[in-house]
Amino acid sequence: MVKIGIPSALFYYVYYPKWESFFQALDIEVIPSGKTTKQLLDNGVREALADACLPVKVFFGHAISLRDKVDYLFVPRIVSTNKKTVYCPKFLGMPDMIRHGLPDMPPLIDVRVDVRTQKFAIWRAYEFLGNFLGVKKGKVISAFRSANQVHRRYKELMVAGHHPLSAMAALKGNVNLSSPRHTGQLTFALLGYPYNLYDPFISIQLIDKLQKMGINVLTPENVSAKTLQEKPPVLQKGLFWTFSEQVMQAARHFFSSGKIDGAIHLTAFGCGPDSLLNNFIEREATKYPHIPLMTLTMDEHGGEAGITTRLEAFIDMVQRKKRGVRNAQ
Amino acid sequence: MPNKVINKVTFPHMGESFRAFKMLLEDLGNEVILPPRPSRKTLDLGVQYAPEFACLPLKILLGTYMETAQKGANLIVTSGGVGPCRAGQYAQLHKAILSEQGYDMDMVVFEPPKLYPLDFIRNVRKLNVARLSYRAVYQCIKRSWRKLKALDSLEKYTHVIRPREQQTGVTSRIYKDVLAWIDQANSIKEIKEAENAGLNELQKIPQDQYRIIVKVGLVGEIYVLLEPASNLEIEETLGNLGVEVERSMFLTGWTVDNTIKETTELLNAKDAASPYLPEMVGGHGRDSVGHTILYSQRGFDGVIQLAPFTCIPEIVAKTVLNTVGKEYNMPILTFFLDEQTGKAGIATRLEAFVDLMKRKQKFRTSTANS
Repeated sequence: MVKIGIPSALFYYVYYPKWESFFQALDIEVIPSGKTTKQLLDNGVREALADACLPVKVFFGHAISLRDKVDYLFVPRIVSTNKKTVYCPKFLGMPDMIRHGLPDMPPLIDVRVDVRTQKFAIWRAYEFLGNFLGVKKGKVISAFRSANQVHRRYKELMVAGHHPLSAMAALKGNVNLSSPRHTGQLTFALLGYPYNLYDPFISIQLIDKLQKMGINVLTPENVSAKTLQEKPPVLQKGLFWTFSEQVMQAARHFFSSGKIDGAIHLTAFGCGPDSLLNNFIEREATKYPHIPLMTLTMDEHGGEAGITTRLEAFIDMVQRKKRGVRNAQ
Repeated sequence: MPNKVINKVTFPHMGESFRAFKMLLEDLGNEVILPPRPSRKTLDLGVQYAPEFACLPLKILLGTYMETAQKGANLIVTSGGVGPCRAGQYAQLHKAILSEQGYDMDMVVFEPPKLYPLDFIRNVRKLNVARLSYRAVYQCIKRSWRKLKALDSLEKYTHVIRPREQQTGVTSRIYKDVLAWIDQANSIKEIKEAENAGLNELQKIPQDQYRIIVKVGLVGEIYVLLEPASNLEIEETLGNLGVEVERSMFLTGWTVDNTIKETTELLNAKDAASPYLPEMVGGHGRDSVGHTILYSQRGFDGVIQLAPFTCIPEIVAKTVLNTVGKEYNMPILTFFLDEQTGKAGIATRLEAFVDLMKRKQKFRTSTANS
């Protein structure tokens, strides 16, 4: 049986259930690289360019960990999925960076997806995969259909309040499917890209930490695509990058919804799009002076204690502020 | 007649190009506030108000705009972009930061006219204060275009002469005089004359024919390539070390690529890059890879890549260039420039790099002779 490796980084948190379902329907074994570990990151840091951003280094680490375990490495070149925005240039060049930046890698499957230049580009990409793997077209079509269903279900679970990892577990039937209950005193919006927020290593388990401190965490993935499109883009041109535009729209939604007490923007050191996004989020936040915003920048040095201290201080501040507002009323 | 607002126009400082832009904007009836050459003060201003991880060009431009605003400029002319390089979004960010700091500045952002033809015409109208006819505007653009070309050809020539000059510093001195001639030329005929006179003058510089000259290609991000103040005059430093520099990008070539038609030069670079980086990753990432390969095919001794710190396209390019360098046996040196970069540090690394190339060349010639 052919084995395809999927690095558990970057697009993993968006598309893994879909990809897994598709490949499995074609009788192909899918091997994810699993959780990010210190060792894995160290490997990535050693091989990747020093100037690359943290998630790219993590991706390199995941790719290395699959080196001898799989027949093919699945690194699709996803350029645009909505005609308006594209993904960060590092995503666009990812197959080339892996191919030319890492020695002795298994062959890559780097199918290109760009809905701006091709009709039905997404289906075409899956068709290409089916052809490449020598599967009959009928089987590919039904696999594509069921993969889409899985993807829809996955997104529904997230809009219902699950975060990707728990939604993935729920899809597998490991957890009860009822949406998680929000019982905390405070609600925070956690803003950032899925591959940073949900990678327990990059984010130093920020979501768990906040939940343990009695805080409900809302993330951009919890907002439906429809809600994200309600407001016109903040810039005349919109932000160029799909993830950034999503986070920006989610931030505006959270701020204006009145449901959050505070917001945290989690960004990775060296992130190009975030140098703009963070600035625009800050600008948005100044319109809502009662909602404090904190920016956390993550890098490969970890530093859990420092982050915890900052979190505690931030939560204290939000609580005090909330009490102050209540007393004033 | 109603009270007319006088445009006090400014624009980004990019090498010597300001001479041509100044002429064009003045011909159209604007008052031009010349952007000062980026200095420590420019950068300090930019760093203070720009986001921390924004790249060097954003910070320098912001500083430049603030400096010109203090001199009374009220309209910025700049270029846009369609991504995915973030520079295309800088105009919006600049505007937001400037208005936050209390500078009321208007912006004219030129996007690629092929994509936004109406925008282009609107922008030209806004700058056409003298209400010239379209025909006259076209003539003005043509003349300033000729000036831009003259500036580029002269600069190119200094890169050839400087490494061979007998007395260090002569080329730079004469180049300065020549630039003043170009400045004074206004009609196409005068510009041509000034250009030829300039080329002659540069040619007359006494040259050392026996010096070992190594040839280096310069690739990378457009702003740090074109603005010597941002790359700490790397071309001059290299020239003084006996290196003939060929830059992969000039403003005229870039403008043609983005407005009219892609030049064969760019198409060649794209083709050359395609086995390594088939995707357009924004900015000049793919061009950097392509030009490196072209330089190596033309027998250059080395390539230097210049990029601002955290520049996304150039990081992709650099990762790919590792393989390109190995496969083509081409020494490649990369500088990621930021506000902390010091000239001495760069000079030391350049000296070592040039030594390496010179030794390699000597080795090659000695084995070829024996």
